[in-house]
Amino acid sequence: MAVEAGKRAALEGTVDFQAILKEAGLAALVAFGLAISIVGVRTVTIPGGLGLEYRWEWVVIAVVGVFLGRFALAYRRETRSPGRRAEREEAMDRIGAQVQRMAKVAGPLLVVLAIALPWMPFSNRYIVDIATLVVMYIMLGWGLNIVVGLAGLLDLGYVAFYAVGAYSYALIAVYFDLSFWICLPLAGLFAATFGVLLGFPVLRLRGDYLAIVTLGFGEIIRVVLLNWYEFTRGPDGISGIPRPSFFGLPFSRRVQEGEQSFHTFFGLDFSSMHRIVFLYYLILALALITNLFTMRIRKLPVGRAWEALREDEIACRSLGINPTNTKLTAFAIGAMFGGFAGSFFATRQGFISPESFTFVESAVILAIVVLGGMGSQIGVVIAAVVLIGGTELFRELEQFRMLAFGGLMVLIMVWRPRGLLAHRDPTMLLDTDSPSATAGKSSP
Amino acid sequence: MSVATAETANHDLTIPSGARALLTVEHLTMRFGGLVAVDDVSFAAGDAEITAIIGPNGAGKTTLFNCLTGFYKPTVGRLTLDRGEKQFLLERMDDFRIAQQAHVARTFQNIRLFPAMSVLENLIVAQHNALMRASGYTVFGLFGIGGYQKAEREAIDWARYWLEQVRLVERADDNAGDLPYGAQRRLEIARAMCSRPALLCLDEPAAGLNPRESAELNELLLYIKQQHKIGLLLIEHDMSVVMEISDHIVVLDYGRKISDGTPAHVRADPAVVRAYLGEEEDDEIPAEVAADLAEDQDPGADGSGEVRGG
Repeated sequence: MAVEAGKRAALEGTVDFQAILKEAGLAALVAFGLAISIVGVRTVTIPGGLGLEYRWEWVVIAVVGVFLGRFALAYRRETRSPGRRAEREEAMDRIGAQVQRMAKVAGPLLVVLAIALPWMPFSNRYIVDIATLVVMYIMLGWGLNIVVGLAGLLDLGYVAFYAVGAYSYALIAVYFDLSFWICLPLAGLFAATFGVLLGFPVLRLRGDYLAIVTLGFGEIIRVVLLNWYEFTRGPDGISGIPRPSFFGLPFSRRVQEGEQSFHTFFGLDFSSMHRIVFLYYLILALALITNLFTMRIRKLPVGRAWEALREDEIACRSLGINPTNTKLTAFAIGAMFGGFAGSFFATRQGFISPESFTFVESAVILAIVVLGGMGSQIGVVIAAVVLIGGTELFRELEQFRMLAFGGLMVLIMVWRPRGLLAHRDPTMLLDTDSPSATAGKSSP
Repeated sequence: MSVATAETANHDLTIPSGARALLTVEHLTMRFGGLVAVDDVSFAAGDAEITAIIGPNGAGKTTLFNCLTGFYKPTVGRLTLDRGEKQFLLERMDDFRIAQQAHVARTFQNIRLFPAMSVLENLIVAQHNALMRASGYTVFGLFGIGGYQKAEREAIDWARYWLEQVRLVERADDNAGDLPYGAQRRLEIARAMCSRPALLCLDEPAAGLNPRESAELNELLLYIKQQHKIGLLLIEHDMSVVMEISDHIVVLDYGRKISDGTPAHVRADPAVVRAYLGEEEDDEIPAEVAADLAEDQDPGADGSGEVRGG
């Protein structure tokens, strides 16, 4: 009702302050109700038990803050011309298109920067560690982008494939003592198999229903890992997972008689940074393979079929596209990259337990894809740097980190609901200069 | 040729021009619970001919199309597509296999394009199966082995040919969803033709078109028939389209076939006049029905529902 009054006022050229004040007052009232219990009272330990601490000044700050914020928001809405929003959308679309165009030049530059990172003067172990983490999430984002961004299948259980990859690697490596380079493709294969297994029952589902089933699938995998103690050692996790070797040369300080390690082979002094940097390059290479694969497959018939299936499944059927196979390949390939990332995670940590594969992980990966703009490769990079790098850098904020994380997501969704860079470039262009176009037959 | 009446079920399979039957529909029945949407319909559609299916709203035309293209499984009936070298029993095939193997393409009453993909991409997706084979089911295409590049160039040339036919070459790289309505209709036909069909099923292609666009559509459909020698099956309300370009008309009412023959025959058929009044028969409406019409007619409807049984 306040909105209607405001609209009328906007038509008349004046601003209805009464309506705005009423709206802000209502918001402040709600804030008061919430703040009085959440902010105003706090339990503290006093000698002999728990006591209450009252913080009424915090409640006042919260209520006044909400009132002023709401007032400013409503005032801005009333005084702004209605065409602005559409204009802004268009401007953002142009920016999106520009960034995509720039990405063609900036992409290789970013890769060079990423390769050079460990050799930068400011670089240290901490920075390389964070970069490894960010690149790992970029890879997961790119993997999930195949399923969600291209094929349009909302998957809330992507972490299941990540878990399958990690456990496949850990179990194969621990039980059969195979090297990282054999375990990696096997882990990808296992994850892809699970992708197909999940794909079959959900073929007929779309949208919300699909999301719920995939969410359940993710939880099933985690619960099985937690409870199948004989096989997975349940909550104890698997430790002593072999570290990757540099093509057979281990990164160890002490070397057994008659064998060589990385530093002795290259005649270097031992440094723990060797392995850190190697792991960083390993995940960078895996992520780049994922990206190259996605960019290539987008231009192949199966990639276009994924996008077409996202747009209209019935039209796809009428054109002879087998929806079953097409969806299953999307699930399998997305899962495979999740599996690769999972085995990298296992070898990096050296220890895995089901706790690393909770729903929150799925949510973070999905947030990276959605915030970046579904289907946009460079968008995933930006979102991963902001979300993962940002939360790592602001560790000092402690529990407010998650608040900032949530606030940022709300802001982006309000400001740009289709994601930061939701611009799609066609996978092919018509070459209008070719002779057959100019010699074109006359229209019927 | 026998004269059809509404009272006796008509299983006449003759094609007025004597053309070879491309599609034969026999005893097709589709029930949804207690509702019989299509009731024991039989007809044949000739090769390289335009066969129109007409009838009042709710006569079962779109249901018939959905049975033909596999979106519904018919309750009873046999649907044979005879491509000369090979025959297909459509009622036993999955929807996408009908398009893939029997080469039956269709358009939809409410346009179904891939709106966020470019116009050209829409036409390339229509050639999916040929391109999948050329890309070695993705494996070879991924590494650039084999003749995928060449196949893709050929696919683009074929798409370009159809873009020229529907006058959309300039808009090839725009998103399909950004095209105006009439252009989207044309694009949907071009996309269906890109899949190299033997039978093209068009569900109300002239709906929402202005008279000029409608005339262009007539030319396009005649061009497809003459140049590509394929069968066209057409659901249409626009009588100017139907009467002008059809070789053969089948009339449905309440799910049953009430008339079958050349446009001239159907126009003169009293059963059709009773069920479905065309423009010419306006003056034959009995006075009391005309009065009812004037009072009851919903301005948006085509009025056929009210005239029924008048």
